[in-house]
Amino acid sequence: MTAATDAADLVDFDEVLERYDPAFGLEVHVELNTNTKMFCGCPATFGGEPNTQVCPTCLGLPGAMPVVNAKAVESAIRIGLALNGSIAEWCRFARKNYFYPDMPKNFQTSQYDEPIVYDGYLDVEVEGETFRVDIERAHMEEDTGKTTHIGGATGRIHGADYSLVDYNRAGIPLIEIVTRPITGAGAKAPLVARAYVAALREILLGLGVSDVRMDQGSMRCDVNLSLSPKGSDDLGTRTETKNVNSLRSVERAMRFEMSRHAGILDAGEAIFQETRHFHEDTGTTSAGRPKSDADDYRYFPEPDLVPVAPSREWVEELRGTLPEPPAVKRARLQAAWGYSDLEMRDVWAAGAMVLIEETVAAGASAQAARKWWMAELSRSANDRGVELAELGVTPAQVAEVQKLVDAKTLTDKLARQVFEGLVAGEGTVAEIIDARGLAVVSDDGELGAAVDDAIAAQPAVADKIRGGNQAAAGALIGAVMKATGGKADAKRVRELILEKLA
Amino acid sequence: MSELIQKTAAELSEALAAGETTSVELTQAHIDRISAVDGDVHAFLHVDTEGALAQAAASDARRADGELLHALDGVPIAVKDVLTTTGLPTTCGSKMLEGWIPPYDATVVTKIKNAGLPILGKTNMDEFAMGSSTEHSAYGPTRNPWKLDRIPGGSGGGSAAAVAAFEAPLALGTDTGGSIRQPGAVTGTVGVKPTYGSVSRYGLVALANSLDQVGPVTRTVLDSALLHELIGGHDPLDSTSTTTPVTGLVDAARQGATGDLKGVKVGVIKELAGEGWAPDVMAKFDESVDLLTKLGAEVVEVSTPSFEHAMAAYYLILPAECSSNLAKFDAMRYGLRVTPDGKTPSAEAVMKASRDAGFGDEVKRRIILGTYALSSGYYDAYYGQAQKIRTLIIEDFKKAFEQVDVLVSPTSPSTAFPLGAKLDDPLAMYMQDLATIPANLAGTPGISVPAGVSDDDGLPVGVQLLAPVLEDARLYRVGAALEAAVGSVLSIDKLEVAR
Repeated sequence: MTAATDAADLVDFDEVLERYDPAFGLEVHVELNTNTKMFCGCPATFGGEPNTQVCPTCLGLPGAMPVVNAKAVESAIRIGLALNGSIAEWCRFARKNYFYPDMPKNFQTSQYDEPIVYDGYLDVEVEGETFRVDIERAHMEEDTGKTTHIGGATGRIHGADYSLVDYNRAGIPLIEIVTRPITGAGAKAPLVARAYVAALREILLGLGVSDVRMDQGSMRCDVNLSLSPKGSDDLGTRTETKNVNSLRSVERAMRFEMSRHAGILDAGEAIFQETRHFHEDTGTTSAGRPKSDADDYRYFPEPDLVPVAPSREWVEELRGTLPEPPAVKRARLQAAWGYSDLEMRDVWAAGAMVLIEETVAAGASAQAARKWWMAELSRSANDRGVELAELGVTPAQVAEVQKLVDAKTLTDKLARQVFEGLVAGEGTVAEIIDARGLAVVSDDGELGAAVDDAIAAQPAVADKIRGGNQAAAGALIGAVMKATGGKADAKRVRELILEKLA
Repeated sequence: MSELIQKTAAELSEALAAGETTSVELTQAHIDRISAVDGDVHAFLHVDTEGALAQAAASDARRADGELLHALDGVPIAVKDVLTTTGLPTTCGSKMLEGWIPPYDATVVTKIKNAGLPILGKTNMDEFAMGSSTEHSAYGPTRNPWKLDRIPGGSGGGSAAAVAAFEAPLALGTDTGGSIRQPGAVTGTVGVKPTYGSVSRYGLVALANSLDQVGPVTRTVLDSALLHELIGGHDPLDSTSTTTPVTGLVDAARQGATGDLKGVKVGVIKELAGEGWAPDVMAKFDESVDLLTKLGAEVVEVSTPSFEHAMAAYYLILPAECSSNLAKFDAMRYGLRVTPDGKTPSAEAVMKASRDAGFGDEVKRRIILGTYALSSGYYDAYYGQAQKIRTLIIEDFKKAFEQVDVLVSPTSPSTAFPLGAKLDDPLAMYMQDLATIPANLAGTPGISVPAGVSDDDGLPVGVQLLAPVLEDARLYRVGAALEAAVGSVLSIDKLEVAR
């Protein structure tokens, strides 16, 4: 059955929407950046030699017992509040029983019917339209270990000669954030999915509770998707595409599954409920394992842990530690900076918002900050294939350069050269100006000589100016700029020319 | 030699303090006794002669240096093989863990080590603590030192037999449904199940986490109090551990030993006396109740109607928890690994073959029961219902303790039965814990105190006392009074093994 459905024709994305309504749901796993693991005192740092950050508890040795990490509970509550959710007055951990070699106890300590966070939402904006994504729950659990399957063609356990297991990651605190089914997004469904994950990422980053590195797996997304015939209220059979690890892939996985589902449904066949693997290189998915709603994890309350009952005082105290919600902050900054909607969207998409905020705080105008970050420095980052923030230029340096421009010590053109030097790691702003000889020539004597030379070289132009045609000064200014290697203050040169030819 | 091993832990403590003996001397005496009788009794799975003597020598050195010592420093102890011990195998009586040496100590083991008690070795038990006769040990049964064709109770039969046979003055046991108290009753020793959570479970290989409790096995109530105070108290590694300090038990035992129980109200549990109980057991129990009255206690009958469902609830909750606990024994990381014949087997095939070979019948039975009870569609009907019964039992206890200070019942329905008698009848085996199970479901403390020997077979009978949560001291007061009134039950010359 799986083979047959995989072979079905893909339907063009626009055609999908003529016949079907998509419904989707996202399950996002976030690794918390606590110092220690969820249920023991082992360090929760990324990397490390395999099996060096382990103890009897996270190895699940006989007799070892878990103890809840209070910091992880705190992070879960802050996340819940930031997602407009309710915080349970009393909740428990449960055992999710299943077998897998990377799971030391062969059960995962998780939460089941009593999550710490329930009933939240997140508003996301797509092309000027706001979609409310309802969040059913967010619960705490522990991560599993990491298996590496050696031998065999697929890198999967089947066909492998042997497997290596690293338990360093086992027991790292996770929060799983689960949405309710999202309907009504139509053609925008893939964009809404992407925007939701992006917005979630931004909130978590602002809370400082996780590294949210999708590429390193500290944030992982499972995409559930189903199609139903247009106009039908019933949800179709869903597939769950596991561990999608970039924003772009979330959108692509959604598009691919929509096209694939439509092909199967068009052929009159049924969707097979299963997990799917997403392939980054081709943008396609392939069958994983069958998944029925009756998967029997034999959940029951973890008897080794006492219930978690966060006091209302504590919850309110934590509410007080929440940063301004990103959407509110964006609106506030846009108003303060006077950017157009389009400008603000570009700034946000380029990841320049915080950089501009800090540049403005360091004394530059919002317009100047945007000019440098969005034009000059974005291009430079693109050329190098790095994020803007990783370019090596700080907001303080941008503000410093702009101050020199305002003081006429630098021209825009010279400023660009300073940035070039900063990106190349040539030193501080002052060192680069010094080494490259970039300071503006503002000495009237020196400029005066250059102006005299220009007038002498172009008598016809000089006559035009004397005759009252001030616009002709441009030609003389150009000559002076050329003579000074671009370091002259063009405004002052113009003034000198007009004075001398008055 | 034989004089030393017949002393109680409290007496040994005094003898050490008075310089009348050394820890090395009395540890050696117990090792000699083990060498002499354990071939018949089989109370021990591992004897650590070298380690125990080294710990004893260290204790003697501390004493010579005038260091401040714990009262039990230098008094040797035996430890049930379900508690993890560094450097000593921990098998839980199972082939699955044969030869496994844990890299860490259970908190109670750390505590007895820190207090300077030499560890004689690890005692036999029903596999993963499942059973009431120690016949389910993968390493062969323990025999009752009173009569070698009889069971020593279970699952802590090894610990109880070691203490009853004078191989150790003290032992640690674990009690999930009566595994300290029932062996205590049938071997003529004192066994205590402390309030749930008042003794750390960290390092106790879990049978059923919500029911398990570590506790003392000794020959006197006072010795249990000494050991109980030592192992009790909060443990940050066990989140279910209570923060209430465990104190006042030794004082309560000494007070009780004066024999005055005026002002104490004792409730006889109606549902745990009468039908289903052997007449010789009931006779001894009635005598004990009379003695309590003579000591000044007011005795009334109380009813705990939900107790009749305790057994059913227990045999749903316990297998549910243990089916999950035992899932970790998959032959991948430690313990037994059986690789089936043929070409490269799958992980599943290795797991299957290993579990088939490594787990005994009783363990398999309970895994299957528990898996079924938790499975979707049956959870509410079984596990959910069992939890409701548990709540009713807690309510029954609350109501009973509004009327009385302690509750009494026989500990076990019969004296020690012959080896093999109930091995093919799991239900009959389960019935052994009829009286002890409610305390585990409710988390209340319980003690079994010898009530004399049966007029029929001359084997010991135990009386169980129960108190409200965290009121363990009441058990020691009433238990010590009863012990003094009953008089000596266990002595070395009464044992078949002594001959």
